[in-house]
Amino acid sequence: MQTANAARASLILAIETSCDETAAAVIEDGRRIRSNVVASQIELHRAYGGVFPELASRQHVFDIVPVIQRSLDEAGATWDDLTALAVTRGPGLAGSLLVGVNAAKALAWARGLPLVAVNHLEGHLYSNWLDRGGRIDPAALTRPSLPDLDAEGRAFPLLVLIVSGGHTELILMHGHGRYERLGATLDDAAGEAFDKVARLLGLAYPGGPAVQAAAEGGDPAAFDFPRGLTNAAIHPEHRFNFSFSGLKTAVLRQVRELGPAAPPIADLAASFQAAVVDVLVKKTADAARAYNVARVCVCGGVAANKALRAAVLHRLPVPASIPPFFLCTDNAAMIGAVAHYRLLTDGPTPLDFDVEPDLSLDAGS
Amino acid sequence: MQTEPWTIITNSAADTRALAARLGRELAAARPEAGAVLALSGDLGAGKTTFVQGLACGLGIAAAITSPTFILVNRYRLPDGRRLHHADCYRLKDAPLEMWDIGLDDLLTGEDIVVIEWADRIPGLLPPDHLEVAFGYVDDARRSLTFAPHGAAWAASLARLQAAVAAGLAEMLDAPCH
Repeated sequence: MQTANAARASLILAIETSCDETAAAVIEDGRRIRSNVVASQIELHRAYGGVFPELASRQHVFDIVPVIQRSLDEAGATWDDLTALAVTRGPGLAGSLLVGVNAAKALAWARGLPLVAVNHLEGHLYSNWLDRGGRIDPAALTRPSLPDLDAEGRAFPLLVLIVSGGHTELILMHGHGRYERLGATLDDAAGEAFDKVARLLGLAYPGGPAVQAAAEGGDPAAFDFPRGLTNAAIHPEHRFNFSFSGLKTAVLRQVRELGPAAPPIADLAASFQAAVVDVLVKKTADAARAYNVARVCVCGGVAANKALRAAVLHRLPVPASIPPFFLCTDNAAMIGAVAHYRLLTDGPTPLDFDVEPDLSLDAGS
Repeated sequence: MQTEPWTIITNSAADTRALAARLGRELAAARPEAGAVLALSGDLGAGKTTFVQGLACGLGIAAAITSPTFILVNRYRLPDGRRLHHADCYRLKDAPLEMWDIGLDDLLTGEDIVVIEWADRIPGLLPPDHLEVAFGYVDDARRSLTFAPHGAAWAASLARLQAAVAAGLAEMLDAPCH
């Protein structure tokens, strides 16, 4: 697809408020990050003379305008430079989504700019298209951003593993905006399993970084934790679905069995992490073969886990792409990337759209 | 009428699901217009989400019930048009304030079914009428469930659930919810 060349230069201001983070970004031509502001990373509260509960949806109301202004300032852009706006419509928490959607609608109407409503999950997926300067970063186990076509001239189908605190899904991407959901978690998301096991092991929240740190130096084979739904003979209908609830309970059982005296935290964390990574990589590899995909993309918060990154880049049968760490967690840059491609295929979204807390990523979404 | 707490030991996750499904069918059939609030407490792995999976199946929800821990509230549509809201206070620092802030108090007074995990963290938010369910880990397979009804409607529902269990958990297991 001759995206960037065929269209006039696009400069999109994107807004994301689906869960905890208030975020805004300015994206040029769907790929270049001119700015990427996340409220939790900056001190905005001082201006309002108070501290507000971190998670509350009300927080978005306080943060949204300064975050948008900051994203324009950091991009060195003005309202007149923008060609479109973008906002996350779902999935997420209704009250949080409403703040971003209403702000975006008001700005679109006041400024006469086209607005694109974006699926948050699609955003994670498009974080793989955002520019990383064309470099391979061995320390971050990151390859360059996805080109529109690979070396054989084939861009699709792509296989996407979305893996975060709220989602664990395998998506087959037939083209820009064309998705087929192959499977998803039946209970806990992978990121949530990290959080809950961190708690069982007495580690900090959020659990992803804590378990990863605790696992360093641990023996990943010390405990044989279950790999849920990986026996295709028993669970043929769940070939591409996930289950992490049983793994969580198995770790709990093991901790109880070992008793209170100094449990081997490093071995437990490493064995748990190995079980999660094995399941994710095995199912992704199976799907990559079954659908003969050109490439695999891994995205979402758990894609920041180093053991998963190493496994994805070395144990898959096809080339794989993982965004840099700062694009794995929720951000608005990825929403701007989606909007660029969506404008080219579908045009802007009429302003009477509503938030969709239950939105999924399926054909036609 | 059952007004005292009632404890039952389930022998498997399938048992827990079947018991919860029976309660879900009770809510769908006997209390079609009214909202209902279930307040779940118990440690990780004690069976709370398993219970909600059964409850949802009994309410006629076909969708997979996944954990709401990250997003705080998941919602599902019932065949009768109401919704099931599945909330989770697990990761909140100031659960009463934050749950109030996302509008949980509005849900609690509506006509929908609301089931809350780690509800012991929001005692002040719960309405006078609700069902407390406390989960305990007995061994690998078995869990203890202690039901405490608050309000006449829940006392009646719990009495019917107890009668159904007395007639045999095995019979409930024939239901397609395990």
